[in-house]
Amino acid sequence: MKKIIKYVFADILRNKIVLGYTIFLLLISMSVFNLEDNSSKGLLSLLNIILIIVPLVSIIFSTIYIYNSAEFIELLVSQPLKRKHIWGSLFTGLAGSLSLSFLVGAGLPVMIYTPMDIGLVMTGMGLLLTVIFVAIAMFAAVITRDKAKGIGISIFLWLYFSLLFDGLVLFILFQFEDYPLEKFMVVASALNPIDLGRILILLKMDISALMGYTGAVFRDFFGTQSGFIIAIGILLSWIITTFWLSLRKFNRKDL
Amino acid sequence: MICCTSFGRTLFVGKGRQYTSINSAIAAAVNGDSIRVDNGIYREKNILINKTITLVGNNYPVLDGEHKYEIISIKADGVTVKGFRLIHSGVSSMEDIAGIKIYNRHDVNISGNILEDTFFGIYSQAGVNCLIENNKLTAIGTTEQQSGNGIHCWKCDSMRIIGNTVTGHRDGIYFEFVTNSVIWRNISFRNKRYGLHFMFSHNDAYICNIFQNNGAGVSVMFTHGVKMFNNVFEENWGDAAYGIFLKEISDSYIAGNKFLRNTSGIYMEGTSRILVEKNEFSSNGWGMKIQASCLDNTITHNNFLSNTFDVGTNGSLVMNSFDHNYWDKYEGYDLNKDNTGDIPYRPVSLYSMIVEKNPASMMLFRSFMTSLLDKSEKILPTLTPENLKDNYPIMKPLHL
Repeated sequence: MKKIIKYVFADILRNKIVLGYTIFLLLISMSVFNLEDNSSKGLLSLLNIILIIVPLVSIIFSTIYIYNSAEFIELLVSQPLKRKHIWGSLFTGLAGSLSLSFLVGAGLPVMIYTPMDIGLVMTGMGLLLTVIFVAIAMFAAVITRDKAKGIGISIFLWLYFSLLFDGLVLFILFQFEDYPLEKFMVVASALNPIDLGRILILLKMDISALMGYTGAVFRDFFGTQSGFIIAIGILLSWIITTFWLSLRKFNRKDL
Repeated sequence: MICCTSFGRTLFVGKGRQYTSINSAIAAAVNGDSIRVDNGIYREKNILINKTITLVGNNYPVLDGEHKYEIISIKADGVTVKGFRLIHSGVSSMEDIAGIKIYNRHDVNISGNILEDTFFGIYSQAGVNCLIENNKLTAIGTTEQQSGNGIHCWKCDSMRIIGNTVTGHRDGIYFEFVTNSVIWRNISFRNKRYGLHFMFSHNDAYICNIFQNNGAGVSVMFTHGVKMFNNVFEENWGDAAYGIFLKEISDSYIAGNKFLRNTSGIYMEGTSRILVEKNEFSSNGWGMKIQASCLDNTITHNNFLSNTFDVGTNGSLVMNSFDHNYWDKYEGYDLNKDNTGDIPYRPVSLYSMIVEKNPASMMLFRSFMTSLLDKSEKILPTLTPENLKDNYPIMKPLHL
């Protein structure tokens, strides 16, 4: 298993796209912090980039990578190796290398330019989002044999999590505005890792005062030590469940 | 006998002086006398001034209220209190114990004192034409209940509050039923509730004050004829904090102020005929929140810079004018180069309307979805109030 991880890791790190992604993130975060006069504004601009670009790159790159290594996977399957290990090492290699490039590209500047606790939360969320979307990509890739269809599914999933879901929430909030929606909001945020990540980061920043009453509801729940741990738990369970689903599919798949 | 009434004697208080306590010197004084107090610590319970005298401290003698007493009570006209350090007044929830309290008197002058750990600082009850100048007030009360107001004026007229520094109190400066007065060059910061709390106080002016980091900012209510010039409202940041909160204000003038880093720069409710001009709104959450109950206000020649939302409102009825401002979010063009944009600017974003209608949608704050909505609304306005727009937005920031 270690050998496969090592191989996947090295293969991806040699990939020009991942290198480009790292440099792109590095350039954007450096220029954002240098252009804005205070670091909290820079952080806000970066927040949007992280919440859109990171999931997009993670999901698309991983899907394409899985399809491109179809022959490699077939070769591995013909060896005396457990499918669980093959799939697990592919996941670890992908998640690890993309996390590494996020850490270098965005995590480093964030840690340098911003206060410790916000920087840590932001980097942590970026890493979690990377891993979650790698897991989602692997799920999308295992569903269908057709490469075009698989990439389509991943793009749709990305669109759903970053845009459609929010539209849906907005729709529900207005349809049921006569009802108390506090609990619904907390649950809804748990159903979308991007929303949850954004709210957790915002709660750490001064700007959360703007969120008024709604912010207070979230702060009540996620602001405490235990709430924060619950939120991290939710994000981790996103990784575990999606990966487990894709693994189950892969185990039974006729390659 | 004649000379005494016209010039007044000077009585000295201190160790080895004629009088060792201030109270005994006051008892011996007649109207027009001066009392000079040497440096030292004086524990005299309550000092009652009932004669027109000048009480001056040499190098800040300490008057200690021992956490029990009102330190100085002024019950005579024309009294001057200068250069003392007053500490530890009593605290009471039944009566308003102050460091220095003026009881229904006129022409009192309180200047250059330091007040520390007093319940109310300087309290003027029905004072007329009094001067409160260059005092430093610091309270250490931990809750709103345990601390009184810094400079508290009730039913006064023609007051001058100049150059004071107030911090740690409940309200920095409190005005209720005070008319024709001026608040000038004061600094009020880190007070528990409001930096300035102002009610039923007509025809007052406050000029060149700094209100910083107060629990809820500044609140001006139920008043007409207020002039606010060149003040700085800064870092009043919190769920219920405003740079300045205006409620039921009419015929007033707000000019040359700076609103920096507040949750809402100005929050207006039920105001009418106010002219807001030449102010700077910078890095606020909401530059201005103007409720639909506001009428005939004119907002002109202001700079709106890097606010999260420039203007927020809660209804579609807009009877205020927003022309000739500079908005940094303006994306229009100026073909004839007259420094006025050719297409109107709509300072209310769709998302801020949505939030006003349904606060729960703050959940989507800063999401991709909302910025997309805002962009499409900018191109084709449907939900934002039709009349809330700047018809003549200025292209370059004004030099204020």
